[in-house]
Amino acid sequence: MSVETLTLIIIAITFAFYLWIGWWARVRDTKGFYVAGGEIPAIANGAAIAADWMSGASFISMAGLISFMGFDGTVYLMGWTGGYVLLTLLLAPYLRKYGKYTVPDFIGDRYYSNKTRAVAALATIFISMTYVAGQMRGVGIVFSRFLQVDITVGVFIGMAIVAFFAILGGMKGITWTQVAQYSVLIIAYLITAGAISAMLTGIPVPQLALTFSGFAQRLTDLQIDLGLMEYIKPFQYMSGLNVFAVTLALMIGTAGLPHVIVRFYTVKTVRAARWSGVWAIIFISLLYTTAPALGVFAKYNLINTLNNRTVAEVQEIEWASKWAETGLFKFEDKNGDGVLNMTNDETNEITIDRDTIVLSTPEVAQLAPFVIALVAAGGLAAALSTAAGLLMAMSSAASHDIYFRIMRPNASEEQRLKVARISILVAVLVAGWFGINPPGFVGEVVAFAFGLAAASLFPAILLGIFDKRMNREGATWGIAVGLVFTFTMIILMRSPQIFGTAKPILNSFFGINAQGVGSVGALLNFVISYFVSRSTEPPPQEIQELVEEIRIPRGVGEAQSHY
Amino acid sequence: MSKTKEITEQQKAYWRKNMGLIRILLIIWALVSYVGGIILAIPFSNIPFFGVTLSFWIAQQGSILVFIALIITYAVRMDKLDREYDFHEIKLTDQKKGASL
Repeated sequence: MSVETLTLIIIAITFAFYLWIGWWARVRDTKGFYVAGGEIPAIANGAAIAADWMSGASFISMAGLISFMGFDGTVYLMGWTGGYVLLTLLLAPYLRKYGKYTVPDFIGDRYYSNKTRAVAALATIFISMTYVAGQMRGVGIVFSRFLQVDITVGVFIGMAIVAFFAILGGMKGITWTQVAQYSVLIIAYLITAGAISAMLTGIPVPQLALTFSGFAQRLTDLQIDLGLMEYIKPFQYMSGLNVFAVTLALMIGTAGLPHVIVRFYTVKTVRAARWSGVWAIIFISLLYTTAPALGVFAKYNLINTLNNRTVAEVQEIEWASKWAETGLFKFEDKNGDGVLNMTNDETNEITIDRDTIVLSTPEVAQLAPFVIALVAAGGLAAALSTAAGLLMAMSSAASHDIYFRIMRPNASEEQRLKVARISILVAVLVAGWFGINPPGFVGEVVAFAFGLAAASLFPAILLGIFDKRMNREGATWGIAVGLVFTFTMIILMRSPQIFGTAKPILNSFFGINAQGVGSVGALLNFVISYFVSRSTEPPPQEIQELVEEIRIPRGVGEAQSHY
Repeated sequence: MSKTKEITEQQKAYWRKNMGLIRILLIIWALVSYVGGIILAIPFSNIPFFGVTLSFWIAQQGSILVFIALIITYAVRMDKLDREYDFHEIKLTDQKKGASL
């Protein structure tokens, strides 16, 4: 059986499984739709958070990205795991105790203002929308690479699957599908990484192999010989200041991403919210501690296999010619000496796209075709599960916060459920449209999503819980300044990609790049919130009581049963 | 909403202990990731750690393991604190049975 047929079969089986879960988990009320009835066990929620969190890019691109950043790849490794410490210690238990449906719900109630609610809802929609466009594109790309279908067809298939379980089952359907998707993606990732690790070092556990085998040092020496970056040395790819700022922005941004935060509403108790955080960080770390090892081994192996070989030798390697066809891997004998050499300048004859690091590994490590098929299914699972979570966050901000809480507070249960389902359908269509016609700056949107979440939602929620004196004026000004500052900075620094200017209008903010500027935005938000709140009226008595109330776990059942 | 409006001494003590725990854990979080992983990364590059350098290991493996440990510690300690102050949640099924956990 060919690899393509096998891939098709594995993808069909996993998709049928997701659809079956979607049918099984269909819901009849808004509580089921928005927060899965608040009945998800902590361990399942942990797996769902992990799948929600790890996108197609985490699965396909991250190890490769790190292998080109060396030490500085830590901004993603620490940034995207350390945020869970903030989330579990500072936000999750209290939001669960408060126990409604969305992030704008909390911000609107805590700051007794529908204007603040609307700003939070729009921020949620914008953050999730920028993020989801890339996910839908990812689904299309995986399809096209593994099954040789058109990217557009791939996006349509992905849209149909997500629409099916999200519209039928809302958050409940999404959660249980994500649990299944996590299992598929982590198995695929660990088998691949374990295999190449065993092949090169004889140690099948990638984390141990990275620590004890000395391959990171060997890759460093190899790269020095070729004139490439010193792999293991800090701050070769970006400045120390930027490593600091980007890590901080990604951590705070992680803790402020609405599609991750809402997952903590879906469990029964405050205790279960804390333990969801435990399971989530364990499940996420399985991939995030494996990725740097996979990056080192795969890159070492690629350089070692390809560099200094004759063109004929490279052409004979089956996977090399296959990936050359996709354009992800290029070789060209520029100086006509018949030998391919890697260098750090224009004489370089071998170009490896970072995505090939993960995608080509099963073939390079000569794993069974079954594993290649599993990696394709894993990439799809990662992209689909994240897309579903984002679509849910986006549509609940529109249907619950804007339609129900602001426009039609008297809407009946049936109307609300209908609007929720329609808005998720609209969200799927919009996301699909972006997937098929990606804006030129699709690669830049991650900076937007994290920067804006860091500068707006995280400080507002944190202060709402820990600062009883924080009031409507403080929070609203804080969010507004944080959002405008971060948005403007990113646009100015990424103007070539967004407006097509020849050079960035602004190079950096005192040395901090677009990805890291969200940490400055967050800081500004905190400072402004503090000073504005201290010079205006304290919040009303009942709001201060609400804050006392959410600080204590007991009574979580009644807090959410009155809707 | 709640019927008891005034904050009890018990509530205050519980919150103080919670804040103390969060403070300690976040200090460790900052020390490991920002000081150990980034600020001291250059001096730590000269210290070998098995097959890699200490800074590389902290930045790409160790810090993540510490994050896991911090979150587990918080969940375990808060379970204990909830019971100590009698703020733990009573599940509906337990109420039906009349059991007070």
